[in-house]
Amino acid sequence: MLRKNWWKILCVILLVYTIIAGFLGAVPAKPILNETIRNLYFHVGMWFAMMVLFTVSGIYSVLYLRTGKPVHDLYALEYAKGGILFGCLGLVTGSIWARYTWGAFWSNDPKQLGAAIALLIYFAYLVLRNSMTDMDKRARIGAVYNIFAYAMLFPTIFIIPRMVDSLHPGGMGNPAMDTKDIDPRMEIVFWPGAVPGWALLGVWITTLWIRMQLLAEKNLSHA
Amino acid sequence: MHKKVQFWSLLVLLGLMGLVGRAQDSTAGRPVEMADRLRADGKIYVVVAVLLTIFIGIIAYVIRLDRKISRLEKGSK
Repeated sequence: MLRKNWWKILCVILLVYTIIAGFLGAVPAKPILNETIRNLYFHVGMWFAMMVLFTVSGIYSVLYLRTGKPVHDLYALEYAKGGILFGCLGLVTGSIWARYTWGAFWSNDPKQLGAAIALLIYFAYLVLRNSMTDMDKRARIGAVYNIFAYAMLFPTIFIIPRMVDSLHPGGMGNPAMDTKDIDPRMEIVFWPGAVPGWALLGVWITTLWIRMQLLAEKNLSHA
Repeated sequence: MHKKVQFWSLLVLLGLMGLVGRAQDSTAGRPVEMADRLRADGKIYVVVAVLLTIFIGIIAYVIRLDRKISRLEKGSK
């Protein structure tokens, strides 16, 4: 039990730590941002979780193309869905944060547009899969498209927003998360707490979906 | 056993890091408006308590779901 599930316990502990230290810990006082700077632990955590889930999804798509095992395709699909969930949460929370710091929920900022495009590409992955009835074809074309979607993440959310003016930290050549710029008092909550905590929660939820899907398939084959 | 010790020492370390972080508080330059009053009145703790309650509720739900699926997996073997 503990041998198999220790990471779930770790996930809960890290997130409890993030919530407590995230609200009560000291943060630098900055104009405009004020206390909203604490959103770093929650909003940015969503994007890190999304990247982890999409990366795992992409790896399983490559594995599917190499081995042809249907279970790898299932893993790729469910991890992509998990990534989409966290990506949507990241977009919505970023939008709320933007309302009170940039002045509007949506200001067509390159970072916002890029993130929206990246997510739309992943939505198309789900639509594309469901447009095919042949299981092998669906899995193979789905895997190829999923790898393409993963490759598109980099220009849409990392490269293009850095090449143009943006309200988001990370405009004009700076990374969105400057490791030297983040306050050390926030660093100790963000890196050991929020980043692994939210990513583990994403993996946990995704594995539940996978197990449910495998059970459903098993029932179908017995019926 | 060894793994367990490692796990708990990691936890203690994380807790200590949090304390150290709170100890070195400094504000440079002109004062910026923060939620000082909220913290002075102690009301921020209420928000933390509410958020923790919601979080624990959601996690309890996820754990229940996890256990249910585990039971189904055992039953279908």
